[in-house]
Amino acid sequence: METYPEMTNDSKASVPQTSEVAVAVNNVYKSFGEHKVLNGVSLEVNQGETLAVLGRSGTGKSVLLRLIIGLTQPDAGSIVIQGRNLGGLRLDELGQVRTKMGFLFQHAALYDSLTVGENIGFPLRHHRKSMSKSEQLDKVTQLLVEVGMEGTQNKMPSELSGGMQKRIGLARALALEPEILLLDEPTAGLDPIGSGEIDDLVIKLKEEHRMASIVVTHDMHSARTIADHLALLNKGNVIIKGTFADLKHSDDPFVIKFLSH
Amino acid sequence: MNTPARNVKSIGDAGLAQRPSQLDRVFGYTGVHFEGFFEWFGRLGIFLWQTVKAGVTPPFEWREFVHQLDEIGSKSVPLVALAGAAIGVVLSMEARVNLARFGAKALLPAAIVFAVVMEMGPIITGLVVGGRVGAGIGAELASMKVTEQIDAIEASAINPYRLLVVTRILACILVLPLLTLVGDLCGVIMGWLTQALAESISLHQFIDTGFQGATFNAFLPPTFKTAVFGFIIGLISCFEGMRTEGGAAGVGRAATSSVVLSSLFVILADVVLVKLILIIFP
Repeated sequence: METYPEMTNDSKASVPQTSEVAVAVNNVYKSFGEHKVLNGVSLEVNQGETLAVLGRSGTGKSVLLRLIIGLTQPDAGSIVIQGRNLGGLRLDELGQVRTKMGFLFQHAALYDSLTVGENIGFPLRHHRKSMSKSEQLDKVTQLLVEVGMEGTQNKMPSELSGGMQKRIGLARALALEPEILLLDEPTAGLDPIGSGEIDDLVIKLKEEHRMASIVVTHDMHSARTIADHLALLNKGNVIIKGTFADLKHSDDPFVIKFLSH
Repeated sequence: MNTPARNVKSIGDAGLAQRPSQLDRVFGYTGVHFEGFFEWFGRLGIFLWQTVKAGVTPPFEWREFVHQLDEIGSKSVPLVALAGAAIGVVLSMEARVNLARFGAKALLPAAIVFAVVMEMGPIITGLVVGGRVGAGIGAELASMKVTEQIDAIEASAINPYRLLVVTRILACILVLPLLTLVGDLCGVIMGWLTQALAESISLHQFIDTGFQGATFNAFLPPTFKTAVFGFIIGLISCFEGMRTEGGAAGVGRAATSSVVLSSLFVILADVVLVKLILIIFP
């Protein structure tokens, strides 16, 4: 039986793998041609926690999320999701892991041939076949209310602004009630009120559902509001991990410069 | 069947080699990228393998399949009917003049029927549908690729090969013979009409004369060979669409290459299939 190749044996988790750890990124390397994007990145997010990943554009933040969901494979290192190493998983096993994760893409990635309601209902149709059509419709309506987009079921994605598409993308990511949420720039393109609503939703999901979230963001205000921990990436490395207070008290010149803006 | 986790993005996403390869250096840089040529076939083979694996594992995406039957099939009917009708008219006019030269005008109905049903109908249907459907599928999947919609499908734990590729290829395979029948019908009717305008002949007489001595072996294999055309069109346009990179320009390239390569391989396949049909059904 073929299996996905193990990355490296010595990159197996150097941090204790407990059942509380939702996502563990262990010493991950990733390059695209000559360009090294991630250079030995290690991160950990526990169930019920939110980690904000910050950094300049092009430092591999989105690549990190893609590695965690398995859309891209690391050149070395391992990704462990709720105790399961993505390396060595068969496709059906990876699918099982993915059903526990919700992913919001940077540009929402809505299916442009489907309506808003069909977009959100898409994962339900495939993975919740026991739900009746009316139950699925109710769930879609509920999710639209949660993201502040009620009444848009029959609109096409092209009729929505970028910020609205982002909200629909978030609703779709929440459709299967995931245990882990990966958000790529969730508040980009949103007005301050909209951003606040998304922040409140992420906090609510953490508190009510013990959802683990990894949020890639440039929005420092949002990061401070929602994140339990922050990680700052620079040149492929995590240069600091901790609370906002830890970042504020850092004497690293890059951290100081990043926060000053 | 359980398959190893593979990043579908890695399949067919490198494109053709752009720099002179070792083989290019040996043969001289002719602008024909030898490595790229073989690489393309290699990647197509991997793509086909991924598609077959997805196709034989449940669940089958019936809803998408039915949607594609409509998109590829029923929406191609007007175009195929028009193309078939035009072929019938042209064949009738050309054959009439040339058969008269040899004193064989009486053979005109048979000449039209056999020409349309045995070759012109199938190949014209294949090329016309290859143009319309190939461009459509190539552009659609390319657009989905560059806007990360295919990634979103995969991130939702849905196999994009099963949802997008298998459904389209199967729809093309099923629909091409049916569209060929439509094209043949229009070609034969318009062939009769063109002849009827020149001399009095009823449709019944035309059909009787045209199909005289014909057997199923003469007509069914050429019609069913279009299922192979459908496979080629579906496979190549899905492949070109899903390996797209480069934004809007990439979408345009994918649509163009889908049409060009589908048409090329349909014509090449026709050569092989005609020979096979002549051997198997002499």
